[in-house]
Amino acid sequence: MKDLDAEALCRQLAEQIRPHVGPATALVGIYTGGLWLAERLHAELGIAQPLGAIDVSFYRDDYASKGLHASPKKTEIPFDVDGAHVILVDDVLYTGRTTRAALNELFDFGRPARVELAVLVDRGGRELPVAARYCAHTLAAPLAPEQNLELQRDEAGQFGLMLTRRA
Amino acid sequence: MRNPQLNQHGELQHLLTLDGLPRNILNAILDTAAPFTEVAEREVKKLPLLRGKSVFNLFFENSTRTRTTFEIAAKRLSADVVNLNINTSSAAKGESLLDTVDNLCAMQADMFVVRHAASGAPMLIAQHLQNTGRDHIHVVNAGDGRHAHPTQGLLDMYTIRHFKKDFTNLTVAIVGDVLHSRVARSQIAALTTLGVPEVRVIGPRTLLPTEVERLGVRVFHDMREGLKDVDVVMMLRLQNERMNGALLPTPQEYYKIWGLTAEKLALARPDAIVMHPGPMNRGVEIDSAVADGAQAVILPQVTFGIAVRMAVMSMLGSR
Repeated sequence: MKDLDAEALCRQLAEQIRPHVGPATALVGIYTGGLWLAERLHAELGIAQPLGAIDVSFYRDDYASKGLHASPKKTEIPFDVDGAHVILVDDVLYTGRTTRAALNELFDFGRPARVELAVLVDRGGRELPVAARYCAHTLAAPLAPEQNLELQRDEAGQFGLMLTRRA
Repeated sequence: MRNPQLNQHGELQHLLTLDGLPRNILNAILDTAAPFTEVAEREVKKLPLLRGKSVFNLFFENSTRTRTTFEIAAKRLSADVVNLNINTSSAAKGESLLDTVDNLCAMQADMFVVRHAASGAPMLIAQHLQNTGRDHIHVVNAGDGRHAHPTQGLLDMYTIRHFKKDFTNLTVAIVGDVLHSRVARSQIAALTTLGVPEVRVIGPRTLLPTEVERLGVRVFHDMREGLKDVDVVMMLRLQNERMNGALLPTPQEYYKIWGLTAEKLALARPDAIVMHPGPMNRGVEIDSAVADGAQAVILPQVTFGIAVRMAVMSMLGSR
């Protein structure tokens, strides 16, 4: 993924979202990469509603086989979900299962008026009917299942995309 | 021999006692409990983790708080909860403990939460399940005899960590009837495992176990001396129902010497917290003004207890 400039993609994503931001727009980042991205977008777009964060560990569909994810984080939705225009933010869209879990969790806080999905990269390989309204880059060919693509953030706060092989 | 509470991968299989449970497991439970505290603030106070699982609360001994918080925890995890009050059921008709367990297994139980007056009863059930190859069924000890009350010990650790952040610079005093207290044994095991440098037990000689020092605690028979400069005061309930013979003078005299009053609490550090596992005997082991005072964290203990029990059940319940 050397050719993918995460910083440039992040700016593109912000510009895609900007025309659709209104007073009821709220961002919710999915741990961990999605939250970093959402923090950046939240500041860049001057969103009025406070930033939300979701850890989907308690809603994952592989809990029965894989158990609870180690040290889950606190989900925090600091705005009123009822009637809100929520943009879920994740770094990489893959099977769609994380998005499904995040949607289920979000609806336990209330009934949003509209929910959209924003991602930096679509890596293909969907297993659920999920699509991103805002997407900075779609890979020409889907990645193989053993490959793992995720957002990294260095000490200076700069974004990079890291491709690794799953253990 | 491996710890009977852990499976071959070193993960929690049953929760029977905190004695011998490694620090990384204790910390994992406390870390996992933290995000569960937030669920209470949601509109829908429910998570789908134990959907389709059946949790049986097997209480062979009375309890209100513990049974209720286990029930709330299991329900918030979407489990089906069945409460069995054994005093009024089959055991009264002569059925053995393991026969009761086998019958409930035949009703597709996934987890047993067990309280029993006999020390070791939950362990007996866990061993029986292992011997009969039913590794998918888990046991949580909700208090057995004088032996252990691990979820109470864990929620106490969660409370201390919440208010004091770090265990490794604390002085903690456990006060009162240590002899009859399974809570005290679980507290001492957890505090020492988590690296608390000084754990004190304070109480009359008749209510401290012999050789209690071997648990790694400092013993005080003078409350004023023992409370000096402590960060955490953990009061114990005077367990009248477990006493036989004259271990004590009257409750009034006990209060005079061992009751926690504002005057005695003033000897602890000014930011010391006061804990009690409940139910409290006001005017016996604790003064009302202290129990309701600014330093008391007794009600937060109850609330944290739900999150800690959710953490334990969700760590056990996946396999």
